[in-house]
Amino acid sequence: MNTGAKTIIRFENVTKAFGKVIAVDDVTLAIEEGEFFALLGPSGCGKTTLLRMLAGFETPSAGRILIDGQDISRTPPNRRPVNMVFQSYAVFPHMSVAENVGYGLRVDGVATAERARRVEEALALVKLEGYGARKPDQLSGGQRQRVAIARALVKRPRVLLLDEPLSALDAKLREQMRSELAQLQEKVGITFLFVTHDQDEALAMATRCAVMNRGLLQQVATPSDLYEYPNSRFVADFIGSVNLFEGRLVVDEPDHAVVAAPDLPTPVFLDHGVTGAHEATVWVALRPEKIELHKRGEGRPAPALEDTPKGHNQVAGVIRQIAYLGSESVYEVELEGGRMVRALRSNLARRDQEDFTWDEPVWLAWHACSPAILLS
Amino acid sequence: MDESWKRARAVFATFAGPPVLWLAAFFLVPLAIIWAYSFGDNASLTRIAISGTLANYIHAIQPLYLGIIAKSLWFAGLTTALCLVIGFPVAIAITFASEKSKAWLLLLIMLPFWTNLLIRTYALMAVLRTEGYINFGLGFFWTGLGHLTALFGHPLPAFQPLELLHNNFAVVFGLVYVQLPFMVLPLYAALDRLDRSLLEASLDLGAGHLTTFARVVVPLAVPGIVSGILVTLIPSIGAYLTPDLLGGPSSQMIANVIERQFKTANDWPFGAALSFLLMYMTFVAIAVQAIVARGRKARGR
Repeated sequence: MNTGAKTIIRFENVTKAFGKVIAVDDVTLAIEEGEFFALLGPSGCGKTTLLRMLAGFETPSAGRILIDGQDISRTPPNRRPVNMVFQSYAVFPHMSVAENVGYGLRVDGVATAERARRVEEALALVKLEGYGARKPDQLSGGQRQRVAIARALVKRPRVLLLDEPLSALDAKLREQMRSELAQLQEKVGITFLFVTHDQDEALAMATRCAVMNRGLLQQVATPSDLYEYPNSRFVADFIGSVNLFEGRLVVDEPDHAVVAAPDLPTPVFLDHGVTGAHEATVWVALRPEKIELHKRGEGRPAPALEDTPKGHNQVAGVIRQIAYLGSESVYEVELEGGRMVRALRSNLARRDQEDFTWDEPVWLAWHACSPAILLS
Repeated sequence: MDESWKRARAVFATFAGPPVLWLAAFFLVPLAIIWAYSFGDNASLTRIAISGTLANYIHAIQPLYLGIIAKSLWFAGLTTALCLVIGFPVAIAITFASEKSKAWLLLLIMLPFWTNLLIRTYALMAVLRTEGYINFGLGFFWTGLGHLTALFGHPLPAFQPLELLHNNFAVVFGLVYVQLPFMVLPLYAALDRLDRSLLEASLDLGAGHLTTFARVVVPLAVPGIVSGILVTLIPSIGAYLTPDLLGGPSSQMIANVIERQFKTANDWPFGAALSFLLMYMTFVAIAVQAIVARGRKARGR
């Protein structure tokens, strides 16, 4: 994403209430031209409502939606420069593939010859050449989705909207479609906006994500920033796996900070300052893969960490659970006091997973740059 | 496996047996007897001789009776068309009503079934007759209008009640009234099954509401339209009570003629022939429909 890009969609203080339920709560969001943007959140968080308001199927209760600077909040769906790929694909069952793809051009009054050419083009784009005469009931789920994508793209929309595009596909096909959608977006250069509840999907495909919860926009960032620099416990927990420790900010200097967490026997040392009040309640978020596992026992001292003063960022525990996932193993480690901490270790060599076993005493250690401090 | 199949067959026979016997004894056998009568002669006042004659059918295809059959088909067809035109918006309205009002609207559609057809027909007569509600209401407005125009020196002539009863209009009106729920219910069932996202997709692709209706809603509602037409058309062709009570001397339908053969004229063989003539026509219509449907399916593959 280049920062000089033009804003294509702008939600301005958009609120949508269904009776007493507020589905979307004062959302302000700008999406730039050429982005592959994800709206991510648990079910019922308002992401689909936001998408449907952009498509024109819902009207905002308050606020405005602009496309290319034009307020389209009250424009009917058939006059908006956006097209949608529905979760159920919504391929017309009584029309052939070519008729489906050509439908939007036909209602626009595009001449037959021109229409046939553009339908062929769109089918080639989604790798469905030669399928034009088929009926939807002769297609697989993945092929039906391609028809839905071609049908939307053939209209050359300013923005392509995708509602849970991969949720109805099986796991293998989902992986494949992820990269195909990304390639397709690069090829056509149209802004894609998709809704998903699957964080892996959002991280893998999107150039930028907006995380929503209970109608509120929680954080808008690139996938790696969302993962490494979450701004709240909700985002940290929703994106990937995380260990969260509640604590107090005891030292807060420009170049380092220390948090005392009751669940951890040693304080947490950070290599950066935190903009928070002294003694404020904060949360330490530690990703499992950023926690190192070391053997503990007779003649094995606590590991030394070059960027951390002694007595910080290392705690003793005992392995209680091991989940072997092939490429990596997940260890559930019980600290003194009973708190469970999850650590992840890549199985870089064939017998790596045999290094640690059940009920083995271990040291957990992490670098000063690893924890994220959350104020909410 | 074998064992369970045998047992299942016994269960099937136990449950299906009585209704099959019942239908055979009280529907198929009487029907066969009537069919046999259609090839018979009146030997005496009470005895019919099955002689294999085709005289009854030859009598039945006289222009007089063919004309009445044609009129019955015309009334039934008109009734069905009107039901479709009136019923489609009603079915759409119910489909898109809120869940709560949907149940009430469906109840309203079915409410007439709770009243006897005869009573409903008499009620309709009270509405349509010269001293009925419609003429009363029209007369009231006409008189009021007359007072008003009299102020400007142009009094209106006295109100002449409209002849709404005992004519073809009354028959078709009554048939539409009776048959409308039978059209609305299958249409509603078909529309309710329709995936809403198909309608949204059509709008999203740039179609207006009318285009969406013509290109998406109607084609996908075809099964409901076909069954609605069938359940409206077939009972309408054989309608007896409605033309009998609401019709005039020239709006008799085929069922009224058949009734007279069996009762007043005491000519059962001829009545039977007329009945079966109607049935043969229905069979032909069903056969044609099946062939068309098969052809369409073959093209769809």
